Amino acid sequence: MVEQMVQIVSNERDTDLYFRLVARAPQIAPLVQPGQFAHVRILPLKHALLRRPFSIFQVSGDTLSILYKTIGEGTEVLSRMGPGEELSMIGPLGHGFTVPQPGGEVPLLVAGGYGMAALYLLAQRSPQKGIAFVGGRRRVDILCQEEFRALGWEVRVTTEDGSHGEKGLVTQALLAALRVGAPGRKLFACGPTPMLKAVGQLAAELNLPAELSLDEHMGCGVGVCLTCVVPIKAGDGWEYQRTCTEGPVFDSRQIAWEAAK
Amino acid sequence: MNLRVKIGNLTLQNPVTVASGTFGYGVEYSQLVDLNQLGAVVVKGIRLGPVRGNPTPRTVEVASGLINAIGLQGPGVDGFIRKYWPFLKRLKVPTIINIWGTTVEEYAEVARRFDALGGVGALELNVSCPNIKEGGAQFGTDVKLLSQVVTACRKATKLPLITKMSPNVVSIAPYAQAAEAAGSDALSIMNSFPAMAIDIETRQPRLANVTGGLTGPCIKPIAIKLVWEAAKAVKIPIIGMGGIQSAADAIEFILAGATAIAVGTANFYEPQTALQVIEGLRQYLQENRIQDIRQLIGRVQIGN
Repeated sequence: MVEQMVQIVSNERDTDLYFRLVARAPQIAPLVQPGQFAHVRILPLKHALLRRPFSIFQVSGDTLSILYKTIGEGTEVLSRMGPGEELSMIGPLGHGFTVPQPGGEVPLLVAGGYGMAALYLLAQRSPQKGIAFVGGRRRVDILCQEEFRALGWEVRVTTEDGSHGEKGLVTQALLAALRVGAPGRKLFACGPTPMLKAVGQLAAELNLPAELSLDEHMGCGVGVCLTCVVPIKAGDGWEYQRTCTEGPVFDSRQIAWEAAK
Repeated sequence: MNLRVKIGNLTLQNPVTVASGTFGYGVEYSQLVDLNQLGAVVVKGIRLGPVRGNPTPRTVEVASGLINAIGLQGPGVDGFIRKYWPFLKRLKVPTIINIWGTTVEEYAEVARRFDALGGVGALELNVSCPNIKEGGAQFGTDVKLLSQVVTACRKATKLPLITKMSPNVVSIAPYAQAAEAAGSDALSIMNSFPAMAIDIETRQPRLANVTGGLTGPCIKPIAIKLVWEAAKAVKIPIIGMGGIQSAADAIEFILAGATAIAVGTANFYEPQTALQVIEGLRQYLQENRIQDIRQLIGRVQIGN
């Protein structure tokens, strides 16, 4: 974990409300493991104080990139920043995905929207190529599929409105593929909570291992403020663990979704 | 140039501490911040047993502030000693342990446990957390209960006692005086201010706990006034806190009457803040040719 000022190299619209930002982060980029995140202070924001967490998408030399959606004041302001401007970044943070061993299980990636970005480094560093299932509401929600294909991965796209790929939910496409052959597969997922719950349920029914990257509101990002806690099984019961520190990636079987309600 | 200040019989190398609950148990920030530069490390509130904390959402960002309702999640005394004390006891700077309970007896028992541990710098009595049903603020907003808690802890330990005050009182003076009379060596002013935010789309409160405690730069003027009022009412030192994010903010607190200060919410967005404040205090003293930081305490000039 390092804190440094990073310089924006590029910050361009991808589709619709999605942007790609590349930053020169020489102290952070070489340390990044798949599934980790960067905690970014958007300096022009004056009255919103907290940093914003972003999954790290790609790493190249001393640069790293993030893929984000403008969903509030922070990301709006971020999207108007340009090359040469600076951000304060703490990273890499969090406990990421377990990279498959050579000859081990075949990874199946499941992504909703910009969740795809969090899975890229895993796809790049996995010795086995698998299938990336990516879903969204509309065509514009399907991101970075070409980058995955360039790694030699098969990408299967679903959209809820049928405007791109198959019509339906990403978990339906996943289930169809698992019906053909489930043994020896491991699921890795990042996306909205309902999608993650559905993936976890599928994994449990088919007795497959699954790692889920959770997206929770965060404060400090380093384990201090206890904002981003999720219920995790412990002993006979459960306890709150931190998405920023013990996560964001958790073994699906360990998450006690219903415990805290 | 002297930056050293005293809190009871505890000497701090400089007046800059961190606010309980904003710095974990120190170790979390140890890769980003040189903890040994601080005046003291103040850990998150600990009661006798482990605490699960409140449901989520636990925090919400508001204009220039943050509302939180964490519910004092923590490992309890034994868990703290096992997981965090081995790291903290090796630091060169004192550790101040924030403690709480749901009864007067529990406060005293936790104080005894930390007294027996050895090596603790001071205890901060949290009588002002707005987010738990029992304990916390009920002790800080009732003069009689406040006296009982401080008296019981005073009997339980010789460690310096710092009472962390609630801002949610009509006048802070009688509470400050009650804590002083019961044997408190210092006061921390202030805890978070009760607050609420509502999502207008769902019409639900933003926090699962419905209400929480407001912190961050937006509460600083309230805290400055409370420090100023309390400083006039008591002789014991005050640790001022509430929205500090620069040396200028810290100096304002010291002029109002604080002997030391704590950086709180700013740690969440800029972990270097406390170190920047220390550096800024040095510069201010140098530029104004002030030999000793203590020459600034309470020196707000009112009238001519």
